[in-house]
Amino acid sequence: MSNILLIGYGNPGRLDDGLGPALAELFNNGNYPNLTVESNYQLTVEDAIEISKHDTVIFADADVSCSKPFYFKKIEPAEEIKFSSHSITPENLIGLTLKLFNRKPEAYILGIRGYDFNSYSEALSEQAEANLFKAANFLKYCIKKNTV
Amino acid sequence: MKKIVIEPVTRVEGHGKVTIQLDDNNKVTQSRLHIVEFRGFERFILGRPYWEVPVLVQRLCGICPVSHHLAAAKAMDVIVGADKLTPTAEKMRRLMHYGQMLQSHALHFFHLCSPDLLFGFDADPAIRNVIGVIEKHPDLAVQGVMLRKYGQELIKATAGKKIHGTGAIPGGINKNLSIEERDNFLKDIEQILEWSRGALKIAKDYTIDNLDKIASFGSFDSNHLGIVRKDGAMDFYDGGVRAIDKDGNKIFDHLDNQKYHHYIAEEVKSWSYMKFPFIREIGHENGWYRVGPLARVNVCDYIDTPEAEAARKEFMAVTDNKPNNITMAYHWARMIEMLHSVEVIKSLLNDDDLQGNDLVVSGERRNEGVGIIEAPRGTLFHHYQVNDNDQITMANLIVSTTSNNEPMNQAVKKVAEERISGKPEITEPLMNEVEVAIRAYDPCLSCATHALGKMPLKFELLDNDGHIIQTESRN
Repeated sequence: MSNILLIGYGNPGRLDDGLGPALAELFNNGNYPNLTVESNYQLTVEDAIEISKHDTVIFADADVSCSKPFYFKKIEPAEEIKFSSHSITPENLIGLTLKLFNRKPEAYILGIRGYDFNSYSEALSEQAEANLFKAANFLKYCIKKNTV
Repeated sequence: MKKIVIEPVTRVEGHGKVTIQLDDNNKVTQSRLHIVEFRGFERFILGRPYWEVPVLVQRLCGICPVSHHLAAAKAMDVIVGADKLTPTAEKMRRLMHYGQMLQSHALHFFHLCSPDLLFGFDADPAIRNVIGVIEKHPDLAVQGVMLRKYGQELIKATAGKKIHGTGAIPGGINKNLSIEERDNFLKDIEQILEWSRGALKIAKDYTIDNLDKIASFGSFDSNHLGIVRKDGAMDFYDGGVRAIDKDGNKIFDHLDNQKYHHYIAEEVKSWSYMKFPFIREIGHENGWYRVGPLARVNVCDYIDTPEAEAARKEFMAVTDNKPNNITMAYHWARMIEMLHSVEVIKSLLNDDDLQGNDLVVSGERRNEGVGIIEAPRGTLFHHYQVNDNDQITMANLIVSTTSNNEPMNQAVKKVAEERISGKPEITEPLMNEVEVAIRAYDPCLSCATHALGKMPLKFELLDNDGHIIQTESRN
C-alpha cells in the first residue's frame, strides 16, 4: 500500500476557490492510515519536503474551466521550474522535489469544477459542493482500491 | 516617441508592469511601475463584527497572512481597551511574527533573488534561475526550503492552523505553546541559526565584493520609515513610528500610532491603482519614504541580539554610519533581519512565559483602533472604526509595498536612465536589470492591490504612433 499525500489548496475566503481545502477537510479524519492530509492557501516550495517523503501525491484544487464535476490526471515534473512565493504549479513543485531531494512520487491533479471566485465569502456554490462530493467519493474509491 | 512595456515583472509577488518611454533619440523620458488591479478588501469587511477581522484579513494575502492577522489584532486590542497584553499573549504573537519574518525572508533570498546574486544580473538566463541555484549550490537550495518550513511550522504552532489561523484575538491569544511543541523547535534551532549565518555571509560578501557595481545601481537618496522600540531598538512587532531623512536626521519619532494619518498621507495618481504615501510635513513631492529591511536597519539605533547587532555595525560602516541608500543593500539588510529573527525565536523558545495560561485582557471599549507592525516587506498600518453594534464602519490599510511604491518607481527610473537610455534594442539582461531593482524591495503587488491575477510577461517597444516595433517575451 503506497503512502499518499493529499494537498488541498485554495482560498476558502474566495467562494469556490476553497474547494481544495474543503476536500482535504473531508479526508482529515484518520480513516485512512496510509493518507497524510495537508491544506493551505497555495502550494509553496517547502511542500517539496513532505512530498519527498511520500510515494504518491494528489493535488486537489478548484478549476474554473474544466468539465464538471472533476478531472483526475497524472502529471510529470516540469523541466523548467518557475515559481514565486505566491504560487507554484503542481508540475513545478514535483519538479522541484526531484531536483532538491531526488525523489519522484507518482503525482496527480484532482481538479474540481468551481463557478464563483469573484467575491470575498466563505461558502461554496451549490454546484461546486455537488462536484466536491463526487470528487471525494471518487478519491475514497481510489484509496480503498489502492489504484493511486 | 517609443515605449517599452515590461509585463509582469517576474520573481516578485503579485503582478505589475513597467513602461519606459523613449524619445526619438532613444533617451528615457518617462518610466513607471504600474499596478493594474483593483482594491476592494476594505469595503468587503464593512459591517462585519470587529472580532472577526483578524481572521478575515488573512484572505488579503496567502503569503503573509500573519502580518495582516497581527496588525488587525493589534488594532482590535485598542478597540477592546487591551492596552497591555499578558506576557504569554505578547510573546506568542512575537513568536508567530518572527517565524513569519524568517520564512518570508528565506524564500526571497534563497529562491527569488539568489540567482541574480550568485550568477550576476547579466548571466545567461538559462542558468540565472532557481534550477541553476539547485545545480550549482544544492545545499543552499535545500536550506532555503528547510528554513521556510521551520518558520511555517512556528506559525502553525502559534496561529493554530495554516489557513485562517485564529491565534491572535482581540486582547490576546487563544493558545500557549506546549512543552512538546517548544522542544520540537528547540532541537533544530542551532541548525537554523547556522544556516542563517551562512546566508548573511553570502549577502554581505556579495554586497562588499560588488560595491563598485551596485552602489549606484537603482540607488537614490531617500527618507526611511519604520517602527522602533522606545529605546530605539529594532522591533518588528511593536513600537513607535520613526522617520529619518537621507542623512539620518529624525523627521519624527514615536508620534502617537493612533494618529498615523496626521503625519502620513496617501496620494492617488491616475495611472496606478496603488496609492503613494508620503510624510505630510514634507509634502508629496519629497515626502515619500522607503520601508522594509533597508529602512529598518537604517532607522533603528541598535539591534538587541548580539550577532545581528554585530552584523548591523558592519553594514552601517559601509556608509560611515549614515543611512545606507543603496537599493541592492536591501538583500544584506534582509539577511541581518533573518538572523535577528532566529536569535529572537531562540530566546522566546527558552522563555517559560510561552507556557503561561493568562491569555486575554480587556479594558474600556473604544470605537477606533490602529495597529502598526513591521511586516517582512515593511511597515503595515491597519486602521478601523467600529460602531456601538460592534460592526466595522471604516477600514484603511497602508501595506508595505504601497509605501515602497514611489521608491520602486525611482529605482526603475534610475536603471532605465543609466542602463537603457540610448540603447534601441532591449535585450533580456537589460530587462532583467529593471526587474532586479524592483525585486530588491521584495514587493507584494497583489497584496498591495488586494486582488489576485496573472499576466504573461511582455516587453514592447513602441514608436511615436504607438505601433509595436520590437517585442520580447519570457513566457
